[in-house]
Amino acid sequence: MNIVVIGLNHKTAEVEVREKLAFHGPKLEEGLERFRAIPSVNEAVILSTCNRVEMYAKVKDPAGATEEIKDFISEFHGIRRDYLKDSLYIYNGSAAVRHVFSVASSLDSMVVGEPQILGQVKDAFEFALSKKTTGVILNKLMKKAISVAKRVRTETKIAENAVSISYAAVELARKIFTELSSKSFILLGAGEMAELAARYLMNNGVSDIVVANRTYERGCELAREFSGRAVRFEDFQDELLHSDIVICSTGAPDYVLFRSDMQNIMKRRKNRPVFIIDITVPRNIDPGIAGIDNVYLYTVDDLRGVVNTNVDERQKEAAKAGRIIEDEVETFLKWEKSLETVPTIIALRNRAEEIKNRELERILNKLGNMSEKDREAIEYLASAIVNKLIHPPTVALKEDVEDRDILVATIKRLYGINGDDNG
Amino acid sequence: MPATIFFELALTMYFASAIVAVIELFKGSHITSKIMLYLAIAGFVLHSLNIAIRYSIGGHLPITNMHEAASFFSWCIILLFFYLEYRYRVGLLGSFIMPVVFILMLSSSVFPRAIKELSPVLQSSWFSIHISLAFLGDAAFAMAAGVGLMYLVQEHFVKSKHLGDLFHRLPSLQMLDDINYRLISLGFPLLTLAIITGALWAESAWGSYWRWDPKEVWSLITWFIYALVLHVRLTAGWRGKRAAILSIAGFCAVLFTFFGVNLLLKGLHTFI
Repeated sequence: MNIVVIGLNHKTAEVEVREKLAFHGPKLEEGLERFRAIPSVNEAVILSTCNRVEMYAKVKDPAGATEEIKDFISEFHGIRRDYLKDSLYIYNGSAAVRHVFSVASSLDSMVVGEPQILGQVKDAFEFALSKKTTGVILNKLMKKAISVAKRVRTETKIAENAVSISYAAVELARKIFTELSSKSFILLGAGEMAELAARYLMNNGVSDIVVANRTYERGCELAREFSGRAVRFEDFQDELLHSDIVICSTGAPDYVLFRSDMQNIMKRRKNRPVFIIDITVPRNIDPGIAGIDNVYLYTVDDLRGVVNTNVDERQKEAAKAGRIIEDEVETFLKWEKSLETVPTIIALRNRAEEIKNRELERILNKLGNMSEKDREAIEYLASAIVNKLIHPPTVALKEDVEDRDILVATIKRLYGINGDDNG
Repeated sequence: MPATIFFELALTMYFASAIVAVIELFKGSHITSKIMLYLAIAGFVLHSLNIAIRYSIGGHLPITNMHEAASFFSWCIILLFFYLEYRYRVGLLGSFIMPVVFILMLSSSVFPRAIKELSPVLQSSWFSIHISLAFLGDAAFAMAAGVGLMYLVQEHFVKSKHLGDLFHRLPSLQMLDDINYRLISLGFPLLTLAIITGALWAESAWGSYWRWDPKEVWSLITWFIYALVLHVRLTAGWRGKRAAILSIAGFCAVLFTFFGVNLLLKGLHTFI
């Protein structure tokens, strides 16, 4: 019994290579079915995202199966095998288990701790389940990977802090305003950065958007795109009376908003808090306004600083997560081992003996005095029944058949034999 | 006396809860905040028993000496704390409230605990009404000060761009400011009614509404502070940091009215 992982990710392959090997849409279904149909592959799962393509298999003979899978990849995607050589990584046994757990827990992601990967792992597993390409081993592996990822998330702070600038900005906005849907947002300038920021805020629930651009027409264009409203640049200070979030990317050579302006504005807006992000270099907003109560001014460098400390934090948490994964790999291997036949046969025997002895003792006590001969007859009867009953499963276990894992798992379940299976 | 035993037990629970609350502040997790809450609940149940027993023995609301007053004050604060916890799930609120509750209970524990007959002048139906209003109002102000302190801490983080672990666990500034405002809007009418009922009671007991006794004077000062807090918020938009600072200042006045007046100044309200 063995688990093999073959795959490539953002670290080992350029995006062009990843694109060529990806299993998108209908290709996934066909790919998965053909992958499973490889003779040496018993169970199969494919995880295909924009950062990685991974194929998980339960195989009979790892070395041979690896070659066959590589052949399949090159044939399926129409790529020469030597082209793959440098991009693919191959793991089997405990290394494969560790890898799958790390991927699900987002330790192997481009942005360590990013939350999407777990959902993608779940989807990959569910798809494989619906196509019935998995069995006892991969089912257990994938379920375990998902639960390990959840454990990592609750026991470490790996996914806690923002590691992208836009995300850090949204997070800050949430710590200033609680919820963003009722907040209004003004863009000063209509550059690409402004557009990106607007899109991000829209995705996070902000709905009321105003654009103030020096070229009014361009402002209108952008405003239409977000079903917002455009105002003339000269009037933006009036807009600041109602805006809660301000993103400034005007690219002017000098300040467009001075401390005295802002003091005046704050007085008129009755000190309602305002979050200002100045993403221009050089600054377009007087840094002095940061000193005004209820005005929160951040520059891109400030946000970057936030992101960097968060990245450091995550590295520390990743080490903690690594220990959790080691722990879980061990549990998994123990379970896998318990599926081997010999221990199962022994366990089955012991279980039968145990039942037989218990029942014998009970009946002999109940019957009281009896001759040695009767006693032996009863014991013989019990042994005979037990042996006859456990003979067929024992024979089945000894046979070298393809679905032995299923058999072992089934027998253990039917006879109530608990290995190290903890869920 | 069983009341005393329950008091000691409640004090112990609050102490444990306060310790966990402080740990939570520095190294928080879901577990610490749960433990803190359960300990506080256990303490509150024991504490309620203590108050109920004293009530049944004395036959009146047990707020006739400093021990009972500080104890009942803590009880009101905890009651309000549970409500806020249930209603808003304010992260880390307990870390700011439980230590205060413990200190109040501790101060309560040093005063004599005998249950005394209610002096004739207090035997009036005004007694329970006047005192409950005053205590609930004060409890709201205590919470407002705690929430105000949280606001100042969080505001410091956001302004100084130091976004550490505590920043992530503290609630948003707007939420803290909202709760602070609501608490003061709750406390202020309660205090107003307490003063009015007190005046009516004074009229029926002593024949005059207002006698400028220190407690009355300090209650009035407190009333003016909170009136100011609400006034400047509504007219000049003094929200956020300034409101938080004012609500802490207001609570200092509450504490002085509560303890200072009884211990330092002599007046009609010192019944011990």
